[in-house]
Amino acid sequence: MKKKKENYWWLSILSIVLFVAVWWFCCDILKLASSSTLPGPVTVAQTFVKKLTSTAPDGATLPQHIFSSLKIALGGWAMGVLIGTPLGIFMAWYKKVDLFVRPVFDLLRPVPGLAWIPLMIILFGIGITPKIATVFLSAFVPCVLNSYTGIRQTKDVHLWVGQTFGASDTQMLVHIAVPTALPLIMTGIRVALGAAWTCIVAAEMLASTMGLGYMIQQARGIYRPDIIICGMIGIGAIGAVFSWILSLIENTIVKGVRRDG
Amino acid sequence: MSREIIVCKHMDKTFDTSRGAVHVIDDVTLNVHENELLVLFGPGQCGKSTMINCMSGLEPVTGGSVEVSGKTVVKPGPDRGVVYQRMALFPWLTVMGNVEYGPKMRGVPKKERRERAQYYIELVGLKGFENSFPNQLSGGMQQRVGIARAYCNEPDVLFMDEPFGHLDAQTRYLMQEDLMKIWEREKRTIVFVTNNIEEAIYLADRIVVMTNCPTKIKKEYVIDLPRPRNYVDTEFLKLREEISAVVDKAL
Repeated sequence: MKKKKENYWWLSILSIVLFVAVWWFCCDILKLASSSTLPGPVTVAQTFVKKLTSTAPDGATLPQHIFSSLKIALGGWAMGVLIGTPLGIFMAWYKKVDLFVRPVFDLLRPVPGLAWIPLMIILFGIGITPKIATVFLSAFVPCVLNSYTGIRQTKDVHLWVGQTFGASDTQMLVHIAVPTALPLIMTGIRVALGAAWTCIVAAEMLASTMGLGYMIQQARGIYRPDIIICGMIGIGAIGAVFSWILSLIENTIVKGVRRDG
Repeated sequence: MSREIIVCKHMDKTFDTSRGAVHVIDDVTLNVHENELLVLFGPGQCGKSTMINCMSGLEPVTGGSVEVSGKTVVKPGPDRGVVYQRMALFPWLTVMGNVEYGPKMRGVPKKERRERAQYYIELVGLKGFENSFPNQLSGGMQQRVGIARAYCNEPDVLFMDEPFGHLDAQTRYLMQEDLMKIWEREKRTIVFVTNNIEEAIYLADRIVVMTNCPTKIKKEYVIDLPRPRNYVDTEFLKLREEISAVVDKAL
């Protein structure tokens, strides 16, 4: 099993190489689109390197934009996780909390994070606050939902074992229900990070003075598709790294649970 | 006769369900002696598990009373251990973590409970598997962990609810044999539920045959064949025939 995996890792590299090759072939060889409409990978790579240190034309370097987006996305995400996960756990474990919180939660849940932006801008202006609040809301919902579902999956027989060993209600929550829910809680946290990242980029496109979304939006205004693509590559790469890091953490924390696929 | 450790007087249980009241246990009076291995034997779904749940305190009785070691049972407690049919191990804990769980809940210091857990892990024959997770073990090994976990909490009474019910025939014979060895070394009062007649006769000091639902005691047999018993011994087969004729047919 492991040996086979090692023999085929190059397939994953190949897909990226092929993707870039097709892009290069279409743009730089076949010239299907003019380079000012869709630049090839070489142009984009040059812009990317230049943009690492240059503040033109949008007032900040690429790392500065990335850092600005990251700060807000991670801040809002952390708040969403810290508040959403315990809330979901308590809702699932304590019936009264569920009855109290659920009506409001059910009303707010279908509202996508982005739909909050107009209200947030009116409330907080276009500084950092409305964006953190929006990111928080979009990260909060998956955390609540997943931890809730996870706790609800606790097996009766496990609770019986706890009871026959004299565990208190709190001990059963901490030692039995939370470990049962852990895989789903981790999934929630991962989904939330994806949602937070998507949300911050979109929010920056609507109202911002800094960040990857802002950079892309500015580049569109001055007709610089190479910068737009640089921004997109940054968004994609960071999102993928996030996902990879969290999978790694998940695999270390979640033990003894058989996962398929 | 030794001390009576479980005393059920006119035990009765009715469930209120959405389809009306379901009468499951009908006026059962039953005593279990200290260090006796009592087998509750009856057709599938007859209410044997409910009897165990009532005696262990997971379900309240709706009539009569249950006493264990002189105290009326109102809720589950560490003096009554239960081994379940399957899937009752905590998948996120290792074998060691599962076995030491009971003492841990009662606040036994780590060193002491580790030593005790180690003893019972070795008793059930799982030395070397302390750090394995349940999903790395076979069905038979998982049930061994379940037995060690129940033993490790050092209860007065052990309830076993068809613990070998889902094992294949070979493993089942082996587990019965090993349970006997464990029990001979560490005598406990065991109430063992099964619907397998061979298993019942192989293990029991006394077999209580239960009727279909609502269940009541149909007949009792004291089994005094010498141990280890032989499944094809003439006496064994005679008993098997006799008890099989008495038991209700499962639906």
